[in-house]
Amino acid sequence: MRNKIIYSVLLALGFGIIIQSCQSETSINYKRYYVNGKKIYENNCQSCHGADGKGLGTLYPPLTDSTYLKVNKNKLACLIRNGQEGEITINNISYDGLMPGNETLADIDIAQVIVYITNSFGNNQGFYDAAAATSDLKTCK
Amino acid sequence: MKKALFLAFLGLIFKSCTDSAQKTLPILGEREPIEKTVDGKVIIDTLYQTIQAFSYLNQDSIALTDKDFDGKIYVSDFFFTSCNTICPIMHRNMLQVYNKFKGDSKVKFLSHTIDIKYDLPSRLKKYASKLGVEGNQWEFVHGSRDSIFNVAAKNYLVAAYEDNTDPQGLVHQGWFILVDTKKRIRGAYDGTNEDQVKQLMADMGILLKEEFGDAK
Repeated sequence: MRNKIIYSVLLALGFGIIIQSCQSETSINYKRYYVNGKKIYENNCQSCHGADGKGLGTLYPPLTDSTYLKVNKNKLACLIRNGQEGEITINNISYDGLMPGNETLADIDIAQVIVYITNSFGNNQGFYDAAAATSDLKTCK
Repeated sequence: MKKALFLAFLGLIFKSCTDSAQKTLPILGEREPIEKTVDGKVIIDTLYQTIQAFSYLNQDSIALTDKDFDGKIYVSDFFFTSCNTICPIMHRNMLQVYNKFKGDSKVKFLSHTIDIKYDLPSRLKKYASKLGVEGNQWEFVHGSRDSIFNVAAKNYLVAAYEDNTDPQGLVHQGWFILVDTKKRIRGAYDGTNEDQVKQLMADMGILLKEEFGDAK
């Protein structure tokens, strides 16, 4: 009787582990991108845009405008690599500054930081992989 | 006997509490002894390092001198408007300090630009209003290359210099320097460190008390 209980517990545990490890690859990749993206954000973006993504005054725009980030999702990679100049409207407020580009970031770095930004600060857009970044980066003007 | 000891102990505890409440800030920088004659007797006094007289243009293109800081305590730093490394962090923190003491005529803020070429007063004005700063409690000033780099190194003890190997060509430290009404340095805080900025706000309260008493 006692052995039976032990066996069944072990069996359940085994199944549990197997199911656990069966997380979809996307989900694992998502987590990997997100964690790496956070690091890239801290090193390259956080000074101006803030740890909470709220920007600073009207000097640096916040990253909390989910609509802007959704509508312009395909342009984000180019914007991060080449920078941004001229007037833009975020959360109905106008910003007119200059964001320097990040030419040293590889396509995958850009994809990772996009995953971090578009899934933080009230955004919830899900996964975006390096291949998508590469194809978006081909459209840069 | 035991009671007496207990009371003495209690007394000590209270004493230690009041001591911390009456804390005064140290006077930083160099100092030298000087001889002074008071009532016919020669006494030794200490001469502290002070901020020398200066004259800059502020964000409204108006000449700003040390006289505008007479009778006030102020916080000083060095930055430039296009800096994208430590300056945004510094001014995000400075803004907090500014908002805490906003409207207090005894407190001023002085930010020197080290980008002599581009940060003309008009650009400083734009920067200030984008940061959300109006009026003249927080002054953003432009001066000659020599005067700014000299005052940084010799008066405020902050390293700031031009460097061709830096991507932005300018290198500087992020210290917030607290200056009292006698132009002496009373504290230096890392403007990129939130804990130290909190310490600055607390120390400003202590300094205001020392300079102006409890009366608000």
